[in-house]
Amino acid sequence: MIGFSIAVGVFLILAILLLIFRLHTLVDVMKKSDEKVGNGSNKTNAILLMVFLVVSFILLFWYSIKNFDLYHLPIASEHGVITDRLFWITMGITGIVFIITQILLFYFPYKYQHDSKRRALYFPENNKLEMIWTIVPAFVLTALVVYGLVVWNKVMSPAPENAEVVEILGYQFAWKVRYPGKDESLGAYDFRKIDATNDFGLDFSDRATYDDFTPRELHLPKGQPVEFRIRARDVLHSVFAPHFRLKMDAVPGMPTRFWFVPTKTTAEMRIETGNPDFNYEIACTEVCGRGHFSMRLLVVVDEPEVYEKWKSEQESWLSKNPEYLTQVPENLKELAMIKSQIETTTLN
Amino acid sequence: MASTVVNEHIDHMEDDHAHEHHDNFITKYIFSTDHKTIAKQYLITGIFWAILGGGMSLVFRLQLGFPETQLEWLRPFLGKWITAAGKLDPEFYLALVTMHGTIMVFFVLTAGLSGTFSNYLIPLQIGARDMASGFMNMLSYWFFFLSSVVMFISLFIETGPASGGWVIYPPLSALPQAMSGSGLGMTLWLVSMALFIVSTLLGGINYITTIINLRTKGMSFAKLPLTIWAFFLTATIGLLSFPVLLGAALLLIFDRSFGTSFYLSDIYIAGEALPNMGGSPVLFQHLFWFLGHPEVYIVLLPALGITSEIIATNSRKPIFGYKAMIISMLGITVLSFVVWAHHMFVSGMNPFLGSIFMLLTLIIAVPSAVKVFNYLTTLWKGNIIFTPAMLFSIGLVSFFISGGLTGLFVGNSAIDIQLHDTYFIVAHFHLVMGSAAFFGMLAGVYHWFPKMFGRMMDNTLGYIHFWISFIGIYMVFFPMHYIGIAGFPRRYYSFTNFDAFSTFVDLNAFISVAAIITFGAQFLFLFNFFYSMFKGKKAPENPWNSNTLEWTTPRNPGHGNWPGEIPTVHRWPYDYSKPGAKEDFIPQHIPLSETTESNLQHEAKIVAEEKASAKA
Repeated sequence: MIGFSIAVGVFLILAILLLIFRLHTLVDVMKKSDEKVGNGSNKTNAILLMVFLVVSFILLFWYSIKNFDLYHLPIASEHGVITDRLFWITMGITGIVFIITQILLFYFPYKYQHDSKRRALYFPENNKLEMIWTIVPAFVLTALVVYGLVVWNKVMSPAPENAEVVEILGYQFAWKVRYPGKDESLGAYDFRKIDATNDFGLDFSDRATYDDFTPRELHLPKGQPVEFRIRARDVLHSVFAPHFRLKMDAVPGMPTRFWFVPTKTTAEMRIETGNPDFNYEIACTEVCGRGHFSMRLLVVVDEPEVYEKWKSEQESWLSKNPEYLTQVPENLKELAMIKSQIETTTLN
Repeated sequence: MASTVVNEHIDHMEDDHAHEHHDNFITKYIFSTDHKTIAKQYLITGIFWAILGGGMSLVFRLQLGFPETQLEWLRPFLGKWITAAGKLDPEFYLALVTMHGTIMVFFVLTAGLSGTFSNYLIPLQIGARDMASGFMNMLSYWFFFLSSVVMFISLFIETGPASGGWVIYPPLSALPQAMSGSGLGMTLWLVSMALFIVSTLLGGINYITTIINLRTKGMSFAKLPLTIWAFFLTATIGLLSFPVLLGAALLLIFDRSFGTSFYLSDIYIAGEALPNMGGSPVLFQHLFWFLGHPEVYIVLLPALGITSEIIATNSRKPIFGYKAMIISMLGITVLSFVVWAHHMFVSGMNPFLGSIFMLLTLIIAVPSAVKVFNYLTTLWKGNIIFTPAMLFSIGLVSFFISGGLTGLFVGNSAIDIQLHDTYFIVAHFHLVMGSAAFFGMLAGVYHWFPKMFGRMMDNTLGYIHFWISFIGIYMVFFPMHYIGIAGFPRRYYSFTNFDAFSTFVDLNAFISVAAIITFGAQFLFLFNFFYSMFKGKKAPENPWNSNTLEWTTPRNPGHGNWPGEIPTVHRWPYDYSKPGAKEDFIPQHIPLSETTESNLQHEAKIVAEEKASAKA
């Protein structure tokens, strides 16, 4: 019934609109208003252009200022401060250009609307003007490029040697993380060794794998360089940590990396944002299928001492899955038991 | 001045003209070789796709703006893609996003825009009877039609259409295990695009040949309207870049069907490790964007060309910096081929490449800036008439500025780390490429409708259409900048899984409402378009007092365009408001000798020389 009345309503409204349109065309024909330019509609449109300009600028500034905290995420990494500075400098420069050009674009049509008594200025070219607005943007852009290059090279430089290495593996539809363990070296992997339990495809002929551990959450130490080693095992994914201003694709067959220094612990961010439930998150930003929007990884930034303590409490992957000892070559079994601390756990 | 190529087959064409009356319905309206009919076929097909592609965006905007809402009422249209709970299926959401992008970029803004106006305007504005090869031109449309049919069918298959984003990055698009859309849907997508590329190449070769060889007497390159320059460069870009996409697609077909490993390596999916080794997904991205970025200019340049023409005509003023406009377009054309990897700053490619592509990308902003300043100067001290076409052109320039400036953010690799694949990008390209090109298309339809159908469109409806669309588009895409700066990733079905993206619920709802209103306003245009086609006021031959050659044809130009001899061109197309002239416009075919009162010094000299040589 409701559907039917809506349909009738829509039909009536359309019929009325059509009637108005017919009337309007007939009146137009009577008045022959199309034959002269500069009739009422020309003025109306000119005024509307100015109204649009003023109203939209008011809206723009009002919303941008009022909601600054809403769209500006707090920065929690060292390089984030400099990339954000570049962002806001670019915003300043483009903002000025935006305001000037839009004002001119709407003001000129208003100012120079048609007048049958007047003629437009015949002004086909002026090389000086062309030179000015080729060279000035070129200089401004050069400055932006140079600044951008400096920042980019800094962000993309090789990680310092003391960086904490963490591996992030993307798959449909979650992330997994792996730490190198006490030997500070991530063990080798092979995608052909992946199975339902061995998500990473750990290769147990490499002794560095034995003490690797794979916690559910990603923990990071504040103030220390961290290097993400990023890989994917099925399709493309992209590691995106908005507060760290960090993004890097995860590519099957081509490990990528991104290093940074977290500057605020989770606890500090909870105070800064006034949100007691605040958590750092990693999201996926490369479309990867049905669950693309749900690839959330929780990140915890700790004070370095807390982080070290947490790290020392983690059990190695092998100790949690001792059945994989069978994949370890005979001559390395003992080493594997020691490194993964299987022996100690069984002794306890 | 470049020498003129004399149109040798004019006489031959005039013979054809005599046989025109033997056309039956099929040769006249369906398998027509007349460029004007083919242009209209492109336009109508483009409009069909625009409604479909736009409609799809409404469905996913409903999901994004009102994630809690019941979509049960869509079941009659979408069937099983509405889940039992009355929600949109997340995979179909991705299919919608993918199809919206594909349809809009290729079928509407490439075929619908370039196909319509290149076909319609090139022969009319350069003074030719038709395209160099009418048959090839017809083939071009029918390949596009075939491609459209295949893509349309792919919407209805059980596993759904391609869903991996319009960029179809493998391995997602290569592996049916990864998502259902990568099965038959993806195959049909690739087939459809291959046909589309054939169509584009057939069309492009024709446009280029026609412009080089069939210009009328006196129509040197330096006297071409900027529209023709734009179409010429667009076709050149297409001719050089589309084959690369075909190559990329072929390799993808091999990977999908014949077990090769161009893009695949080290993959474990659906419980098994695949045998593919040594391929690189990044290779596909390079190949794709080698077309993908020039494609942006394939979409944009025709719109800018149309705008140049309309702004000059309705400002009653010569376009400012005609030569600078051509040089800028040439610059954009060349540079468009060397900036592609700015789409890949965080793809894992060598950061050094990122530096190079950032440099080249920011250089391309210079010619774009020159174009904007030239438009502004053209408006300055004009005598401006607001036809709907003029308003849409002004709107286009506004979008071009807004979206172009954000390009300086995302083109800067250091800033792009945060903004890549967020709504900031969505806002950026929808303004600078999507909306700007769309407005160019609408402006073109409003401006050339009188020539196409011999009748006028209704102005008042045009104004209402413009204002709702213009405000609406800003209401849709401007807020996306904020959402993007806040880091919201694109192609997300919902944002509820993340604390960081739990804000902006109201703004997302606002965008959706604005999108629905904007889409609704397009029906005003459709009504105006079809109603005026049959019932509109009869158009005069030159309703806008314009200078270019198409307005010297009869009200309904027949096959061959001009009933008698093709007019000879004596001047550039922008002699508006020339001091001393009787009218505020002097069409291109008026000889300088007839306008002694307004001739500039060098023109007076030419007249004198001509007289001298005539006496001798």
